[in-house]
Amino acid sequence: MNKKARLILIRIIICVIILITYHFLNIDENAYALYLYLLPYLLIAYDILIKAIKGIIKGQIFDENFLMFIASIGAFFLGEYHESVAVMLFYQVGEMFQSYAIRKSRKNISELMDIRPDYAYLLDENNEANKVDPYEVNVGDIILVKVGDKIPLDGIIIEGESILNTAALTGESKPLNVKINDEVISGCINMYSTLKIKVTKAFEESTASRILDLVENASSNKSHSEEFISKFARFYTPIVCLGAVLLAFLPPLINLILNNDLNFNTWLYRAFTFLVISCPCALVISIPLSFFGGIGGASNAGILVKGSNYLETLSKTKYVAFDKTGTMTKGIFEVSCYHECKISEEELLEYAAYAECLSNHPIGQSIVKKYGKKIDKERVESIKEISGMGVVGKVLGKEVIAGNKKLLTDYDIKVEDCFDESTIVYVAIDSKYVGHLHIADTIKPTSKKAIKALKEMGIIKTIMLTGDKNKTANNVAKELNIDEVYGELLPNQKISKLEKIIQDKNQNDVLAFIGDGINDAPVIARADVGISMGALGSDAAIEAADVVLMDDDPYKIVTAIKIAKKCLKIVYENIYFAIGIKIICLILGALGYASMWLAIFADTGVMVIAVLNAIRALYVRNLK
Amino acid sequence: MKKTYKIDVDCANCANKMQEAAKKTEGVKDAVVNFMTLKMIVEFEEGTDEKEVMKNILKNCKKVEDDCEIYL
Repeated sequence: MNKKARLILIRIIICVIILITYHFLNIDENAYALYLYLLPYLLIAYDILIKAIKGIIKGQIFDENFLMFIASIGAFFLGEYHESVAVMLFYQVGEMFQSYAIRKSRKNISELMDIRPDYAYLLDENNEANKVDPYEVNVGDIILVKVGDKIPLDGIIIEGESILNTAALTGESKPLNVKINDEVISGCINMYSTLKIKVTKAFEESTASRILDLVENASSNKSHSEEFISKFARFYTPIVCLGAVLLAFLPPLINLILNNDLNFNTWLYRAFTFLVISCPCALVISIPLSFFGGIGGASNAGILVKGSNYLETLSKTKYVAFDKTGTMTKGIFEVSCYHECKISEEELLEYAAYAECLSNHPIGQSIVKKYGKKIDKERVESIKEISGMGVVGKVLGKEVIAGNKKLLTDYDIKVEDCFDESTIVYVAIDSKYVGHLHIADTIKPTSKKAIKALKEMGIIKTIMLTGDKNKTANNVAKELNIDEVYGELLPNQKISKLEKIIQDKNQNDVLAFIGDGINDAPVIARADVGISMGALGSDAAIEAADVVLMDDDPYKIVTAIKIAKKCLKIVYENIYFAIGIKIICLILGALGYASMWLAIFADTGVMVIAVLNAIRALYVRNLK
Repeated sequence: MKKTYKIDVDCANCANKMQEAAKKTEGVKDAVVNFMTLKMIVEFEEGTDEKEVMKNILKNCKKVEDDCEIYL
């Protein structure tokens, strides 16, 4: 609690004590009641009065200080002394709660996004570590990262190996093994042993700073709901104030014409009630706060949303389109199965792995990786790589040919076509065909679950766009239960296809596209909401998209939409609740059923409730 | 030219008012006030003296909301 808040709290307590004392002394009957009530009134309201007067001088007549000033003075004028003090008292209590709630949520959000490193250990010429501000570290400097510390700047490991915790960036605590020459990004926590890192990016350019910057500035991209509210607030206050004036003078005027009792005081009291309700603060604060909470919560789950507007659009997603390679599949080739083996599968793999052991081709490497055992270099006599076809070599004492159909045909070895059209490596030993291996891009473990969850949440259609062969695309689509699939698309065809889908759908339905952010950047830019994936450490991917998934888990798409939906639900709850209560109180006030007490609730009470509700947007644990 | 400034203000509506006041200041192309992070992002017009402009922004903001601060 800061000094300001403590002072207000003390004033509130003293004011309450005075009011209670007055009550027991039956002060209302006293002839000097007016003067006696001025004491607590001034005590509780002096700052508001000063602000109101300053406002009047500067021509700001519609601010809330002015309204509270008029309402409370009015109550005094009508002889409702304790009510006048109460109006101010409750207003101050409400303000106190409000600033507490906002301070608390600010703190919560900054704790959630606690990836900003506070210090770095910079090594000097004598190899001694000095604790410095990360801003002072330059590119090329060597820093020391101790166990339990955050990596302060992006860089390359030059000494040591360790395990990193990326949870603060990805929302998932998956340990990451790192060793010499590995690139590491700021914001990760070093968990195992001390690392020496050569800095490759200045602090402002480092991942942690960039992400924080992104999230903090996200609410600058305002959503329709926020714009609606600021427009509403601009009209609401003047209209209610006008209503108050009419309420004060019109009915007495009619009474005058009809020759009835004027009842001027009654209507004046009702008019003052109006003024108390006229502040739009509950709306103005709770809507941006809900969005801010939603964005903060999402970033905690490893999802960066670049603006409230994108969160709003994302919540209306009805079509989800995605790329295949790297999005739904791992984008890494793996040996998936063996066919027509004349020898055992293990033997087939062993010969293929030995033949491919010097290859830099991803297919060759995938075979060596699958084999997994150490290659005994002694048993490799010669290997010749034939570009685009395969390898021919003498390994394990035998002539081995491993490659595509054409390579084997060139060597006069007859092979049969396989029913499966995926990438195939045929193997021949001593000029005899012994079987083939299928190399396929494997589907990510959560892809299927993600598609299922999308359908369950009411997504109308899931669509896959890929440059891959139709057959492969269809197989993946069938396996994952994807509604529509378009294969063999060149990058520009992907865009035109997406445009066609966007045209054909209902205009209010939103289409989200998820891709890897590097090859798909133009498609991501064209979609209603562009989502890039696996963005950890990739600037291009972060740049291109509206929503960024920090790791490459496709289920994060579901989480992102769920967070957006929850946030927007809270936003609408707050809009309806705050406007609804205010209108009800205005009607009750006009009819004389609402006292100033109720009016105070309609003002500060609603605000506190709306703020508390908005904070819920921050909590997304159960949506993961 | 875009710059971010730390601000201090008590209520959300006041923050909106500050934003409006800043936008209307001469030499300002666009201004956004973020109440949650208590930051003001000002985009200056080409060839303006930002220090001078910021002084005017502060003056205009003080006019609409007495109880505010921009840390220059």
